[in-house]
Amino acid sequence: MNDWSQALSLHTPAAAPIAVTFSGNRALQIEERLIFEQDAPGRCGVDLPEPPAFRPCLAGLERRGPVGLPSLSEPQVIRHFTRLSQKNYAIDSGLYPLGSCTMKHNPRLNEKLARLPGLADIHPLQPVSTVRGALELIDTLSRWLKTLTGMPAVALSPGAGAHGELCGIMTIRAALEARGDPRRRVLVPESAHGTNPATAAACGYAVDPVPANAQGRVDRSALERKLGPDVAALMLTNPNTCGLFENEIVEIAAAVHRAGAFFYCDGAKFNAIVGRVRPADLGIDCMHLNLHKTFSTPHGGGGPGSGPVMLAASLAPYAPLPWLVLGQHGLELVEHKAGAAETAIGRLKGFHGQMGMFVRALAYMLSHGADGLRQVAEDAVLNANYLRVLLERDLSLSFPGPCMHEVLFDDRFLKDSSITTLDFAKALIDEGYHPMTMYFPLIVHGAMLIEPTETESKASLDEFAAVVKSLAAAARAADVARFHSAPSLAPRRRLDETAAARKPVLRWLPASPASGAVAAQ
Amino acid sequence: MRYLPLTEADRAAMLKTIGVSSIDALFAEVPAAARLDGLLDLPLAQGEIEVERAISHMAERNIVAGSVPFFIGGGAYRHHVPAAVDHLIQRGEFLTSYTPYQPEISQGTLQYLFEFQTQVALLTSMEVANASLYDGATACAEAVMMANRVTGRKRAVLSGGLHPHYRDVCATYAEFVGFDVVATDPQPGEDESLGQLIDNTTSCVVVQSPDFWGELSDQSELARLCHEKGALLVVVVTEILSLGAVKPPGEMGADIVAAEGQSLGNALNFGGPYLGLFASRDKFVRQMPGRLVGETVDAEGRRGWVLTLSTREQHIRRERATSNICTNSGLCALAFTIHLALLGESGFVRLARLNHAAAVRLAERIERLPAVRLVNHSFFNEFTVRLPCPAAPVVEALAQKRVLGGIPISRLYPDRPELADLLLVAATETATEDDMDRFEQALREVLP
Amino acid sequence: MTAPRFTKDHEWVRLDGDLAVIGITDYAQSQLGDVVYVELPEIGRHIEQGKEAAVVESVKAASDVYAPVSDEVAEINDALAADPAKVNSDPMGEGWFLKVRLADPTQLDQLMDEVAYQHFVEELH
Repeated sequence: MNDWSQALSLHTPAAAPIAVTFSGNRALQIEERLIFEQDAPGRCGVDLPEPPAFRPCLAGLERRGPVGLPSLSEPQVIRHFTRLSQKNYAIDSGLYPLGSCTMKHNPRLNEKLARLPGLADIHPLQPVSTVRGALELIDTLSRWLKTLTGMPAVALSPGAGAHGELCGIMTIRAALEARGDPRRRVLVPESAHGTNPATAAACGYAVDPVPANAQGRVDRSALERKLGPDVAALMLTNPNTCGLFENEIVEIAAAVHRAGAFFYCDGAKFNAIVGRVRPADLGIDCMHLNLHKTFSTPHGGGGPGSGPVMLAASLAPYAPLPWLVLGQHGLELVEHKAGAAETAIGRLKGFHGQMGMFVRALAYMLSHGADGLRQVAEDAVLNANYLRVLLERDLSLSFPGPCMHEVLFDDRFLKDSSITTLDFAKALIDEGYHPMTMYFPLIVHGAMLIEPTETESKASLDEFAAVVKSLAAAARAADVARFHSAPSLAPRRRLDETAAARKPVLRWLPASPASGAVAAQ
Repeated sequence: MRYLPLTEADRAAMLKTIGVSSIDALFAEVPAAARLDGLLDLPLAQGEIEVERAISHMAERNIVAGSVPFFIGGGAYRHHVPAAVDHLIQRGEFLTSYTPYQPEISQGTLQYLFEFQTQVALLTSMEVANASLYDGATACAEAVMMANRVTGRKRAVLSGGLHPHYRDVCATYAEFVGFDVVATDPQPGEDESLGQLIDNTTSCVVVQSPDFWGELSDQSELARLCHEKGALLVVVVTEILSLGAVKPPGEMGADIVAAEGQSLGNALNFGGPYLGLFASRDKFVRQMPGRLVGETVDAEGRRGWVLTLSTREQHIRRERATSNICTNSGLCALAFTIHLALLGESGFVRLARLNHAAAVRLAERIERLPAVRLVNHSFFNEFTVRLPCPAAPVVEALAQKRVLGGIPISRLYPDRPELADLLLVAATETATEDDMDRFEQALREVLP
Repeated sequence: MTAPRFTKDHEWVRLDGDLAVIGITDYAQSQLGDVVYVELPEIGRHIEQGKEAAVVESVKAASDVYAPVSDEVAEINDALAADPAKVNSDPMGEGWFLKVRLADPTQLDQLMDEVAYQHFVEELH
C-alpha cells in the first residue's frame, strides 16, 4: 500500500504551471510525426503470403525501384491515427455552430447499417438480378425525398452539393436548349455560397449578381429588373445565407416563371423547413439537397457528401444517368441514353451515386419519421432563435426579428476595439468551442453565422451563450491580449497561412539537399 | 425521438425566453399557402430495432460479393480491408468533423491529408497531388478541364480503352462546360494510334493504364507526341493497386494523373462513395482543382498544416474558380491513407503481386475452356476474354449458380454488337483456388 | 522616369522611355494584406485599358489588376514569382508588375496625378 500523505503534503497550491514540457507534448495532446518519419524497413502492418510461382504477364512494364512508402506495424498505425484524431474538434466532442454547414449529431445506427455486407459488399456492375434490395433501398430513399419536397423526380448520382448544383444547372440548360431557347445569364444573389456562381459559370452562363435589401433578403425589384428573355435561371438559397426565409419567394418564383426562366433553389438549408414546407409549394423547379447536412450523413473531415437533385416534371426528362424506373419486372436500372432516357444529359459520375450515403440518410429518415423530421426543423429553428435572443444584446445582430435555423451577427460590436471577427472566433477555440462561420455571407461586415442545429440541448446552448457573452464583455473591456493571442490552448497556435501560400510545401520529402524543391512555381 | 435532446419543458421555456407563444410564430415568414399544417404522408418515427430490421431486409435481397466466387472489376475492386482501417475511420474526431477551416483544431485531418497527398504523389510518381475529388470518373473530367486551362485549348482526345463511364462523364462535362472530345472506338487488343489524332488544337490525350480491357501499355512515346504538339498527357488509373507492380504514369511522361482510389481502404459500396485521386506536375499546381494541404508553422514556430492556395477555389474566386468543387472525399481518403500505411512498401508490392498472380492463374484456367480466347497480351488483375456466345446471358446464368463471374461488355456498350461476346474478368487477393474451381466449373456448365 | 499617374482601381503607371511601368499602389497592397502570388501576362500579349492584365493574390483574396493603358506587354517582373512580398514592401519600386511598350503616351493624360489620387483615397474612408 502506498503512503500518499507525504506526496500530498508536497503539493503547493501556489506553484505556477509549467510553460513548456521536455517532450513538447501537453498531456493528452501528443506531438506526432508523419508516417514517413516513422519508417523502418522490415516492418509491415499486414501479413500476406508470398504467391506461388507464376509467370508474370506485365509486358515488360514492371515497376523498377521502390515506391517510397514507409513501413510500420499495426500498433504504430493505430497509435498514429489515434493521436491525429485527438487534434481534431468534432460534433462528438462539442457544439459545432458552423453556420451554413448543419453540423448535427451523426447517429451510429446509420454507420452500422451502411456496413451491412448486403449493402457495403456489393458491386455496382453485378447483374441487376443480384442487387434487387439495393435498388429497393434507392427507390425508398427517392420516395422519401420526393414526398418531403413535393417534387416529382430526383437525380441521385451527384457526389456532393456542388456536384448537385452542376447537375441542376446542366439539366436546366438542356431543357432550355430542347425548347430552342438557349439563354445567357444566371441570376445569383450576392449572399450566395461561392459554389453557385462557380457552377453557373462552369455551365457557360454569365453570372449576374442580385443585391440584397435592407432586411437581408433578395431585393425583389432589383431582381425583377434583371429578369428578361436571356435569363436561364435564378439560383436562390432559401432559407438564405443570412438565416432568413425569403418571404417574397412565391412572388419571386412567379416572376422567374413569367420570364421563361427556371427557379433553382440551393437546398443547403433544408434542415430549417423539412416537414413544414415543401419546396414544390414555393414554385421551385430544381433543388439540390445535401444528405450530409439535413440527413446527417457524417461530414468526415470534408466528405464524402451526396447531393441529390430534386426536379420538376419539366426538368425530369433531362436527369443524368443512371435512371431507376419501374418496369415490367420491377425496378430497372437505365444506364444508357435510349428510349425514354434519350433526353438524359448523360453521366455525371461513375456508377450509380453515393450508395453508402443513401443508406445512412434513409436510416435517418426512417428513424425520425414524418413526425420526427418536422420536429427537427422546429427544434433547429427554436435553438437558433433561442441563441439569437440570448446573444442579441451582446453581439450585433445583422437583421432584427426571428431567424430560421441559423442566426447572423456582424462585427459592429467590435468596432474600434482592434479585435476582429477572426480574433473573436479564435478565442472561442480556447474556450472549447468550434467557431461559428466567419466572414460569410459577404453582405455584412465581419459576419458571424451561428447554426446550433436541433441536436443541442438547452443546457448546451445556455453554456455556449454564457461563454460568448463573457467574451463579448472581455472585448468591450478591451482585454485585447486574450483575443490577439488566441488560440493559445489548442494543439496549435495560429498558423502562418501566408508562408504556406508563398512557398507551398504540399508533400513530404526525405531530408536532402533537394528538400523543398517541391514548391509551386 | 432519441436524437432530439429538447424536452417539452425546454421548448416551452425557450419559447417564453424568445417571447413568442408558439413555434408557428417563428415560421411566420413562410407564405401561408406553403405552410404544411399536418404531417406528410410518411411513416412515423421508429426505434433502432425497427429501422435495422427494415434496412437489413433490403440488404438480404442482394448477393453479397464475399459470399460467392466473385470476379468483377471494371473500375471497382474487391480487396481485403484490414480491420484497423474501419475502426480508425469511425473515431468520432474523424467521422464527425468538418472541412478543416479552423486549422488550430483540425490538425488531425490536415496531417493525414498531407500524408495522403504524399502517398498519391509517390504511387503515381508525380510531383504534387490534391486532397482528393469525388471519384475517378469526375477526376478524369477535371483533368481534362485542367489541361484546357493550362494549354488554352479546348479539344481532348480520349482513348477507346478509357472506362466507358469516364468517357461518358467527360462527354457530359464537354457538352455543358464547352469543349470538344474526340474519342476513338473501343477496340480491345488493337493499337489505337492516338498520336495521329493530336494536333495544335489538342489540349490533352487521355489514356487509361491498365486500360478498361486490362491491357498494359507503355505511354512514353505517346507522351513525347503530346509534348511535341504542346498537349498534355492525362493518364487514368482505375486500379491504383496496379502501381505496386507496374511502372507508374509519372515515369512514362504523364502530366496529370486522375485515378480511382477505392481499392485501398474502401468497400465496393455499390459504386460509392469512392475516392478521386488527382496528381500533376508542380508547374501546373495553380490550375489544379480541389483542396490542397500545405505545411507551415504556427506562432510558436511548431510545424503544422493548413489548407492552402485557396484562391483557386469557389469560395474566393466564385464564378472564376478552377472548379466548383467544395468538398473532397475526406473519410475515404483517410481509409486509403490508413490502409496504405499498414501495407507499407513491402505490403503494397506484395499485395499487387498477389493480385497479379491470382489473375494469371485464372487466365490460365479460363483459356483452357473450349472456344474461349484471352484478348489481352498483358494484364494486371483484370483481363478480357472472348466467349463463343454473347456474354450477358452467360453472366446471368452464372449468377443463377451463385457465381459473380465478370462484366459482360454489352452492359457498358449495348449498341456495339462486335463487343457482345466479350467478358471482363478480375481476380484479386480475395479469390481462393476453390472460388476459381467453382467459376471454371460453372463456366463449363453454362457455355454452349 | 516620369511622375506616376493613378487609376481608380489603384494601379499606378509611369513612363520610362517608351516603356510604361505598371504596378499597384501602396493603398492597394495595404488593403490586400500579405501578397502570396502574382499572375502576370505573357510577354507580347496586347492588354487593353480597363481590362484585366494581371491577378494579385493574398491568402484569402484574388484581385484583378486592370491595365491603366493599352498596348503590348514588353517585360514582366519575374522576381515576384520568388518573392511576392516585394509588392507589400515596395509597391511603387521593386514590386512593379509589368512594362508595356507604349505607342501613345497621351493615354496617361486621362489618369489621376498623385495629389488627385491621394484625395481619391481619402474620400474612400
